[in-house]
Amino acid sequence: MHRTGELYGQFETLEQQKDTATLGMWVFLVTEVLFFGGMFMTYTINRHAYAAAFGVGGNTLDLKLGGGNTVVLIMSSLTMAMAVWSAQVGKKQLVTLFLILTLLLGGVFLGVKAIEYKQKYDHHLIPGQSFDITFCSNNPAPCGISAEDAAKEKTEIAEAFAKDPNLNSHAQLYFSLYFGMTGLHALHMIIGAGLLLWLIKEAVAKRFGPGYNTPVEVTGLYWHFVDIVWIYLFPLLYLIDRHN
Amino acid sequence: MSEHIASPKLYFGIFLALMICTAATVWAAYINLGQFNIVIALAIATLKATLVVLFFMHAKYSPGRTQLVIFAAVFWLGIMLALTLSDYTTRHELTQQQAHPESLVARRVAP
Repeated sequence: MHRTGELYGQFETLEQQKDTATLGMWVFLVTEVLFFGGMFMTYTINRHAYAAAFGVGGNTLDLKLGGGNTVVLIMSSLTMAMAVWSAQVGKKQLVTLFLILTLLLGGVFLGVKAIEYKQKYDHHLIPGQSFDITFCSNNPAPCGISAEDAAKEKTEIAEAFAKDPNLNSHAQLYFSLYFGMTGLHALHMIIGAGLLLWLIKEAVAKRFGPGYNTPVEVTGLYWHFVDIVWIYLFPLLYLIDRHN
Repeated sequence: MSEHIASPKLYFGIFLALMICTAATVWAAYINLGQFNIVIALAIATLKATLVVLFFMHAKYSPGRTQLVIFAAVFWLGIMLALTLSDYTTRHELTQQQAHPESLVARRVAP
């Protein structure tokens, strides 16, 4: 990685050098599109085959946490775009500020995700021996839901069992995909956070300005891509069957 | 030729549009539209993704070859989704016909 922005021998201009770096990141993102695309494909096929179980599974997710996280992640995309802008116009201190804000928002997202995972563990929704889709409707107190909501959930689950006798197995399929997809997304966020830490270190040394900001721009592309993955995960995982 | 610099005003505008879309998708999810719920959810998500790609990721101001690479990603993803779904969504009908071949014969004989 060229760290100071000097022109390398194989390029004619700095602009060409930067365009090449951006194109390289986009080519990597194409492979990521198809990688995540495979998971979305798997999800779609299973949702098509086991609609009742996926509906019940999706409705157990916490919409406030998921929706809040969507807002947090889009905000982090805004701060990332602003970091690139700050470098382009030469406001070197703002670059550091916006990168730190992006990292913080990314941290908030991952923290909320951890709370959600813990909740799934408490609610017996981790696929395996102790998985029980009816747990919260039978034990409202440890799940922290009202008796009224539990009764509503009970009828919903009973109706789904009538459509699909293997509901408990197929709901585990939903949660396997939920953990697989959100886990892979979170892994991308963690890698992004690592890149941001390095960028912040370089930004503090005032390396990024109008003449040289390729690493900020390229990391930004990656960060926005991870945001796009969540833009699709949120409706598909959290919102699919709310109207019932 | 110097690079295009988008203004913070534009970025905040895009951010606001993304927030409105997020609110709209949650709101629409609670209305029972049958099969169209998923269509609307995916349409809004695609609108949001397009805004992010065009403005936050500067695709609108990128050279043509970069735009071609982005287009290729979407195109190949489309091939994967369309061809796989055209298989999976029509399997049920085929297995039905194999289980009850007489229904096929009956249909053929009927005027």
